[in-house]
Amino acid sequence: MSITLEGARDLRGFLHGLPGVDRVGAEARAAMLAGRSIKTTAKQWALDLAISMIDLTTLEGQDTPGKVRALCAKGRQPDPADPTAPHVAAICVYSDLARVAAQEVAGRGIHVASVATSFPSGRASLDVKLADVRYAVAEGADEVDMVIDRGAFLAGNYDLVYSEIVAVREACGEAHLKVILETGELATYDNVRRASWLAMLAGADFIKTSTGKVSPAATLPVTMVMLEAVRDFRAAHGRQVGVKPAGGIRTAKDAIRYLVLVNETAGEDWLDPDWFRLGASSLLNDLLMQRTRMKTGHYEGPDYFTLD
Amino acid sequence: MPKFEYAPAPESRSVVSLRESYGLFIDGAFTDTVDGRPFKTISPATEEVLAEVTEAGPSDVDRAVTAARKAYDQTWSRMPGTERAKYLFRVARLVQERSRELAVLESLDNGKPIKESRDVDIPLVAAHFFYHAGWADKLEFAGYGPSPRPIGVAGQVIPWNFPLLMLAWKIAPALACGNTVVLKPAETTPLTALAFAEICQQADLPPGVVNIVTGAGETGRALVEHPGIDKVAFTGSTEVGKQIARACRRTHKRNTLELGGKAANIVFEDAAMDQAVEGIVNGIFFNQGHVCCAGSRLLVQESVYDEVIASLRRRLSTLRLGDPLDKNTDVGAINSAAQLAKIRELSDVGEAEGAERWSPPCELPARGFWFPPTIFTGVTQAHRIAREEIFGPVLSVLTFRTPAEAVEKANNTPYGLSAGVWTEKGSLILWMASRLRAGVVWANTFNRFDPTSPFGGYKESGYGREGGRHGLEAYLDV
Repeated sequence: MSITLEGARDLRGFLHGLPGVDRVGAEARAAMLAGRSIKTTAKQWALDLAISMIDLTTLEGQDTPGKVRALCAKGRQPDPADPTAPHVAAICVYSDLARVAAQEVAGRGIHVASVATSFPSGRASLDVKLADVRYAVAEGADEVDMVIDRGAFLAGNYDLVYSEIVAVREACGEAHLKVILETGELATYDNVRRASWLAMLAGADFIKTSTGKVSPAATLPVTMVMLEAVRDFRAAHGRQVGVKPAGGIRTAKDAIRYLVLVNETAGEDWLDPDWFRLGASSLLNDLLMQRTRMKTGHYEGPDYFTLD
Repeated sequence: MPKFEYAPAPESRSVVSLRESYGLFIDGAFTDTVDGRPFKTISPATEEVLAEVTEAGPSDVDRAVTAARKAYDQTWSRMPGTERAKYLFRVARLVQERSRELAVLESLDNGKPIKESRDVDIPLVAAHFFYHAGWADKLEFAGYGPSPRPIGVAGQVIPWNFPLLMLAWKIAPALACGNTVVLKPAETTPLTALAFAEICQQADLPPGVVNIVTGAGETGRALVEHPGIDKVAFTGSTEVGKQIARACRRTHKRNTLELGGKAANIVFEDAAMDQAVEGIVNGIFFNQGHVCCAGSRLLVQESVYDEVIASLRRRLSTLRLGDPLDKNTDVGAINSAAQLAKIRELSDVGEAEGAERWSPPCELPARGFWFPPTIFTGVTQAHRIAREEIFGPVLSVLTFRTPAEAVEKANNTPYGLSAGVWTEKGSLILWMASRLRAGVVWANTFNRFDPTSPFGGYKESGYGREGGRHGLEAYLDV
């Protein structure tokens, strides 16, 4: 698709010039892909890939260093009974616990992601948001998950949203920037597509569906629209951007559906933890349970998998 | 080697128990032929013989018509609508109960992907029976007078592309209106019709109300020309349809014909592009393009031509062609060697006439009848592949500049069965729909079917409507 910012008079004109999304058609396509039947060897491969794509997350007011250490231990070695299970992609925490996480996973090839910019609402001054980002990076986060100003987006103030992302991008320094669109508040797929492009044009390394604090969180059709956006963006600009659905992905079956969606929408270049992540917590144990069943032929009870 | 290789996920064949040979279903029972002969039906995906079936002879057809007449006179036409409805509801429920078996059987005999037989064909079959069961006791409210009468015995000849669904389109309204039927399924796909005969038995349908005579063209001719039938309903090629129309002339027989098509699928520059591309794919590669209303002519507005073609090629590269019983198969087998030969011939003509042919890299199975999804670009209205129905997975791409030009090109065909319009502009959809001479105009979708919606053609695509209130007219004496 030949979409570039060149020639567009302004951001608004450009975003509103993007092709629309037909809701009925998009949902039908996502439902068709959800019907793919992934069995045997394909399932084994997909389960391991899904584990390695998890941003293992805890984002609660009650989080403590102890809780985060436990989560990191789980992320490093998800299945104590089977060391061949891969480690997760990242540990995702609030910025004040990033240092704990960074110490726990140092040298293990696991990233530390911190939410920032007054997560989850994003309702704070830009100075406060940027301070939050700098603090997270200083505490050891190498990935920053920011939220966009949905109020500004819905009010049509795209320049504000854009400039905030640019500023955060700069404050991140070397850290990777994931931009949370909070699609559950954007209401339409057209808005999801516009917000995706807006974030990518402003320099996002990843676009992420949700904070997990708003319902609905990630859905298949929303993720599909975002995967179409990163595919078209790469075709137009030559830069690959990752996608992260987050929230509400709880079962291995769900996770595999997302992988099929990636495979048949953006393509296999995105089937890699560098380019696709699953923001989740309880999902990991279901993946491990299915993984054990594939290996042993029977299900172990939930008590055979660790609760972090 | 793709990164994410989907392992085979075949639907089990064990739900289907095929007999070695099948007789004819006449007067409520399977009977041996009097003057016919056996022939074999094969799986087009593997060329494996599935069963032996019977080519009914003229005496067999005569027996079937006699049984239908008797059932019409003595039972079915006198039965209150509420009672007929009960039988139709029962049939609908039995179809649902046996849906998995019917889907597997359909995919085996026809070659279509199990995904389609399971999610489209069989659910629609049940829906057609449910819908028409609802009409059976409400015909006085259909707009055809206070007490519309049935016509009599219907002779029905159906094609191989949607074997059981076309049976449902024919039998459900006929029975709901109080007619009895003799139905001939296509010679390459008789098995689900024979399974349906068992369902009629299970439902305790009175003997003779539904009769199934298998066979090829000669059997069909014997049925259509039989003096004992009052109504001919045919779905199939325009060529045979014309013969039938001629045969019915100067007789008392009414006829409805649902024939070929060369539908235009029209994509405007402001379309929701990803969904439009899905719609193009669904329009022509659904059921291997063996669809009379297939969107076989793509008309793209010139300003988005490059973009549409690039997206289409990328999308085609993800289509999965192969074993129809694999749950992940998108494109199945061509139904017969004869159909494959026709598709190849017309595709070769397309190339010879200067159109550019493209197919995604695609490995075809060694046995069976297969044709890769194919796009022809640089096609003009003068090309044969833009005028003749290919009835296969072959898309001809043309361009237009203005809505008026799109209408002109879309209508410039002897056919007129369906059309598709893709735009985000509602007023343009309405403007187009009122000018397109096609029985069905889909807006921002394609190949969507529903028993409540009348389906049928203009011009050489036939006459009469099937489905909806309008479809009842074909089976009422009005």
